[in-house]
Amino acid sequence: MKATAIRAGFLTSVQDLGRTGLREFGVSSGGALDSHALRVANLLVGNDESAAGFEVTFGGMRLRFADERIVAWCGGNFDARIGSTALPSGHPALVQAGEEFSIESPAIGCRAWLAVSGGIDVSIVLGSRSADLKAGFGGMNGRPLRDGEEFPLAENPARAKTLVEKLRDKKIAPWKPPHDWSSTARREPVLRFVRGVDAERCGPAAFQTFSHESFFVSPDSDRMGVRLDGPRLAGSEDADLLSEAVAPGTVQLPPSGKPILLLNDCQTIGGYPKLAHVITVDLPIAAQLRAADVVRFTEVSLADAHRALLERERDLEQFRRGIESQFR
Amino acid sequence: MDVTPLGDSAVLIRVAENFEDAPERALEQVLAAERCLAAANIPGVIELAPAYTTVALFYDPMHAIKAGAPLENVFAWMEKRIRNAISKWEATSAQSINSSVIEIPVCYDGEFAFDLGDVAERGGVTPNEVIQLHSGAEYRVHCIGFTGGFPFLGGLPLKIATPRRETPRKEIPAGSVGIGGKQTGVYPIKSPGGWNIIGRTSLRLFDPQKNPPALLRVGDGVRFRPISRQEFERSTS
Repeated sequence: MKATAIRAGFLTSVQDLGRTGLREFGVSSGGALDSHALRVANLLVGNDESAAGFEVTFGGMRLRFADERIVAWCGGNFDARIGSTALPSGHPALVQAGEEFSIESPAIGCRAWLAVSGGIDVSIVLGSRSADLKAGFGGMNGRPLRDGEEFPLAENPARAKTLVEKLRDKKIAPWKPPHDWSSTARREPVLRFVRGVDAERCGPAAFQTFSHESFFVSPDSDRMGVRLDGPRLAGSEDADLLSEAVAPGTVQLPPSGKPILLLNDCQTIGGYPKLAHVITVDLPIAAQLRAADVVRFTEVSLADAHRALLERERDLEQFRRGIESQFR
Repeated sequence: MDVTPLGDSAVLIRVAENFEDAPERALEQVLAAERCLAAANIPGVIELAPAYTTVALFYDPMHAIKAGAPLENVFAWMEKRIRNAISKWEATSAQSINSSVIEIPVCYDGEFAFDLGDVAERGGVTPNEVIQLHSGAEYRVHCIGFTGGFPFLGGLPLKIATPRRETPRKEIPAGSVGIGGKQTGVYPIKSPGGWNIIGRTSLRLFDPQKNPPALLRVGDGVRFRPISRQEFERSTS
């Protein structure tokens, strides 16, 4: 079954949880910049957590569905609607055949993840449906969604069919996940990090500035990384190291003294000193950063990072069990 | 051997101290460490990524915790298992690594070789000598990255080592063969880049429809075979 993108929006791409096992071949992990938001949105519509959805950047998207679907979205403060009815983040909703889902530009943040029951059924390339826009494969033939284009949806799973019947009258479910999960953008966010592999090489001055000053998000940020303006950090003397692995969350310090926070489409290797690594549970907040946003960074221990991740996974497990009754 | 956290879900293992003086030795240490780590089946490990003197190990901390890693010190738990796995190799000493040599046909025709003249001038040799030197050497893949399947090859004759261009080009055609400092490599897909371009191959170094998607892997040997323009055209048609 197909649906149509009447308007594709500023930058919309198909994303799932990305690729693993291919770093040794230089293939980026890719996938939804906020994988947690996509997992939650998928659970809300009765999909497997790993189903492919749309990553919407700055909105401007309008979709028309050819059959009944459950949709849900999580992310920044967007104005989303089904027809003329507002659809707040985190609430599963029924879209009927011929109806339109639209999402306009956000007040805060810049990205949203839309799950559609059944999932977006593009071909799996290297183990994932995610578009790698830089290398040009996956998703919609390796590129963003285009205006007027049809996209394939897999059949509604049984869970979604149950929800379709339950929402026939109300259209929008009254229940939703914790607010933090469905609405992830923050004003003046503080991102937690653990000390980088090369923190000492970068020097105490650079590290102090990074931990205590505010930075601005530069306009040339994208799915590869968030470039930071603001106080120039004292660069390291031998800034051109032998390349070694980097990962989403790594904060590199190039000779310009302006740090770069890497995101999912980053290269697998890098030669700049690694000053810090933003912790996994704070990457959803990083995924909402847009030009001119102010952001700060604060150091935590590795144990804190793991504790936060364990707590989130436990909460997600509880949520999974909690919504089970909605699908019976 | 240094073992350092690379964020909360990866570890960077520096297995060789020095690259410049003994690149082959570094490569063999890296490959041996990678093999030991793969064989050790440490709980939670997702993948390994070798590069020059390091192996990065990516793991799922939740999986490690379920397998018994203490929440307060997952890293120490991983580190102990990593050191243990690698010590098994150190104890039994290295067996040398036999890897295949892959031949890459290259057309060094002027139309493809944007910077052949510059490389020759810097090295004080003729363009033909650049071609002879480049295609006469045997290389090893030390790292794959930048874009999918891009091989960083060591073993370049020093005479034709050439610093990266001051201003990178916005677009380098797929298949372009370049020199960047003491390394040579091939751009598998169209991308920006700062290396000095001396030829082009029609061989596909990266194909996402195949698994593995890259023609080369770390440790492979590589040779370049000069081909004529006619042969290049035939191979692309």
